[in-house]
Amino acid sequence: MNTIPQTGDGYAIEITNMNKWFGSFHVLRDINLQVRQGERIVICGPSGSGKSTLIRCINRLEEHQEGSIVVDGIELSNDLKKIDEIRREVGMCFQHFNLFPHLTILENCTLAPIWVRRMSKSEATDIAMSYLKRVKIPDQALKYPGQLSGGQQQRVAIARALCMNPAVMLFDEPTSALDPEMIKEVLDVMVDLAEGGMTMICVTHEMGFARRVANRVIFMDEGQIVEQNEPEAFFTSPRNDRTKLFLSQILGH
Amino acid sequence: MDTQSQQTWQPIPEKPPPSLSIGPVGWARKNLFSSPLDVVLTLLGLYMTYVVATAILDWAVFGAVWTGTADDCREGSQACWPFIQAKWGQLIYGRYPLEERWRVDATMIIGVLAMIPMLIPAVPFKKWNAIFLFVIYPVLAFFLLLGGSFALPLVETPLWGGLLVTLVTSIVGIVGSLPLGILLALGRRSNMPVVRMLSIGFIEFWRGVPLITVLFMASVMLPLFLPEGVTLDKLLRCLIGIALFSAAYLAEVVRGGLQAIPRGQYEAANALGLGYWRTMGLIILPQALRLVIPGIVNSFIALLKDTTLVLIVGLFDLLGIIQLSFTDPNWSTPNTANTGYFTAAVMFWCLCFSISRYSQFMERRLQTGHKR
Repeated sequence: MNTIPQTGDGYAIEITNMNKWFGSFHVLRDINLQVRQGERIVICGPSGSGKSTLIRCINRLEEHQEGSIVVDGIELSNDLKKIDEIRREVGMCFQHFNLFPHLTILENCTLAPIWVRRMSKSEATDIAMSYLKRVKIPDQALKYPGQLSGGQQQRVAIARALCMNPAVMLFDEPTSALDPEMIKEVLDVMVDLAEGGMTMICVTHEMGFARRVANRVIFMDEGQIVEQNEPEAFFTSPRNDRTKLFLSQILGH
Repeated sequence: MDTQSQQTWQPIPEKPPPSLSIGPVGWARKNLFSSPLDVVLTLLGLYMTYVVATAILDWAVFGAVWTGTADDCREGSQACWPFIQAKWGQLIYGRYPLEERWRVDATMIIGVLAMIPMLIPAVPFKKWNAIFLFVIYPVLAFFLLLGGSFALPLVETPLWGGLLVTLVTSIVGIVGSLPLGILLALGRRSNMPVVRMLSIGFIEFWRGVPLITVLFMASVMLPLFLPEGVTLDKLLRCLIGIALFSAAYLAEVVRGGLQAIPRGQYEAANALGLGYWRTMGLIILPQALRLVIPGIVNSFIALLKDTTLVLIVGLFDLLGIIQLSFTDPNWSTPNTANTGYFTAAVMFWCLCFSISRYSQFMERRLQTGHKR
């Protein structure tokens, strides 16, 4: 399962010499990252290491100042049209789900397909229901997000992103805000998605998930990519001292 | 295997709460009679309510003069309802010509008929209803009330008065100020410096001036600045002044709501590819406006009552026309003014209270359980 698929042609995401600052704080330093189509990458690292900022740069929730980011052949620039184009191709799930509380689950899922993809309401509803089935909550479609558990909300968030039929999915610590009982149901959906061949970049501390699904694990600290390797090699024989220390801390207990 | 560890866990069955803690009895025990001081205060409150209520009822209903003429009201001190009966037409229509009053009635009835299905959430065709109410109806009302075309004689606005003027000013003020207020609130939070500065300038200017000044400027100063031959109707000038004034206040109320929406909502909308206007219109504003319904309604009620200030520029709203009718020598009795003010208070209270109740209903209805 962890082999890199050879079907994809070219890179889904190509980040070259990217730098970013928050004010005068240098948060991302000389990032180089190529993601092949169908590749599944897990990014880990201590808090404040810039992992979330990195994936938020990919769909322009954060703006980078130097270097280039090319997504699906489109280079990110200040051109609003290109930003919108990229955002249509990149789905994202957040730590706190960020569902729209004033809309039902179904409306959360159909909103963007209707208004951005210009689908008809019935078509968008069909697609939304098929993805809600895939994340195993079609019976909750007419409820509001506030009536669902955290795990269910995160699965809705995944379905909502999938409804736009994205080429790439970004996950920003999708299980960190969940009760332990609910982590598995979300990870199961993500594994299912990975098995379907989706290109994924996940910021997560779920090392079991990384071992099972990732083609590559990236370790970040101080805004840099410290080490990257296939999961087996990454966990059993890390090369960098910083990686060893981090792994001993998160796997040690 | 050890059978001792094979316990099946059973939850304790539910029990009803103690009977004295629920229902009206429980409520009264908790809220009215929970301590000796509470008992005293409750009884004192009941007694004072009784005294005030009987006094008002006695003055306004049981001891009041219901029929007759001004002469019947000259003795004693009680409500003089014949005065209100005699002036009722003026209270509603002002000096609107008698034979044209049906036009005001028609406008009000059409307005109410269009509003009722709009305000009841279960009634379908909201889109067409809204188009009628916000696009067709204002045009219709304009031609019906003002006339001068379609074989309707012209009734100039100085003749308008009473409840008609109160409703026209407050409804136009409310309908005109809300969209403008929303735009100003968005402008004040915009990333574009020019838009932001203009919005801040506008809001701070109108908030810094008393409404009376605005009305004076609109009715006295503005004509001086207009080119020769250009005249703007005085009522129209006041309407614009009130709408702009109220928009500045609403903008700040709406901005409060915008600030309460978490950043994650903007990010989720952006990540889905929604642009600025769709993010605002579909995601942010529906939530922000729901949050600030109490503040918006507060502004609307304040606006409704502030319209009484148009009196000082020579327009006669409900309160103005009541005050004007005191000067009628035929009705110069000691009880005329009391009755008139009482009537004005009751009518304003009914208007404001119904707005308030409706807004509470909408607040409950729009609650989708995200408060947990």
